[in-house]
Amino acid sequence: MVDFLNTVDFGDNLWVLIIVLAIVTYMTRIGGDLVLSRFKSIHPRVDAALEAVPAAVITAIVIPPALTNGPSAFIAMMVTMLACYKTSPIISMVIGMGTLAALRYFGL
Amino acid sequence: MDLFDIMLSSITIFAGASQFVFLEILGYQAPAWSIVLGVFAVNFRHILYSASLGRSMGEFSTMQKFTAFFFMADPMFTSSEHRASQQPLMPAYYFGFALIQYCIWIVFTYLGAAFGSLISDPQALGVDMLLPIYFMTMVMAFRKRKNWFPIVVASGIGSAFFYHFVGPPWHISLGALMGILAAVIMAKPSGFIGVEEDDG
Repeated sequence: MVDFLNTVDFGDNLWVLIIVLAIVTYMTRIGGDLVLSRFKSIHPRVDAALEAVPAAVITAIVIPPALTNGPSAFIAMMVTMLACYKTSPIISMVIGMGTLAALRYFGL
Repeated sequence: MDLFDIMLSSITIFAGASQFVFLEILGYQAPAWSIVLGVFAVNFRHILYSASLGRSMGEFSTMQKFTAFFFMADPMFTSSEHRASQQPLMPAYYFGFALIQYCIWIVFTYLGAAFGSLISDPQALGVDMLLPIYFMTMVMAFRKRKNWFPIVVASGIGSAFFYHFVGPPWHISLGALMGILAAVIMAKPSGFIGVEEDDG
């Protein structure tokens, strides 16, 4: 069995730990809705905060890989961003990946 | 970690970031509680996700809702939010998309576990940037929302700051908090929901 206070050993039954992690992950996925559904009305500022969640979180996820994976990654991300103004997300993604592969092929 | 553990992770946890954190901390020979804490930290954003997306699940029964949240990985959340801003989010759309993602995740987990060592240079193919580039298109997909630009700028600066001074995975939750804070500060102090709010 997994002793939660001690170092995990690869010989342990890792599946116990995996199930615990699955439960923790699921709790976070229902947590916000469980808390919010207890309130009848939503304050405008809370609503503004929730409206901001997608853009805020995804931006925070995207910045480090864009800045820490070399000039090719940074340029590909900028190209993807600009492409989004002109075309659909899917096409923009293809353009971004193509740019990245080309830049890396030429050693950038 | 054998094939069984790897497959079990993808089937029951179904969260890329969780599983990467799990593997990384496992590699440090750290105690199990720190793995649980690390996974909670990296998943903290899901609490915000469910608070936000739950509001768009009017067409879902309670049972459907709690099943749906199991599948709420980042791409699922962003695409559903985007969909909900254009038309009512239907269970058929959600579960159709979720099933495709879930199957792909499991198949690729198997392929990765079985044949991953055959890829000599994943970087040359750009595999490392596939998700960031996808997420960039999603950031742009929300650009018509209220105060999108200040939110993205605040969140981006916050993310870079916390990534550098605190380190991952905290930059995600703390960085996002900066963007959300910007939205709260810029929101009109009075007014009623539904009267003038019109999501782009």
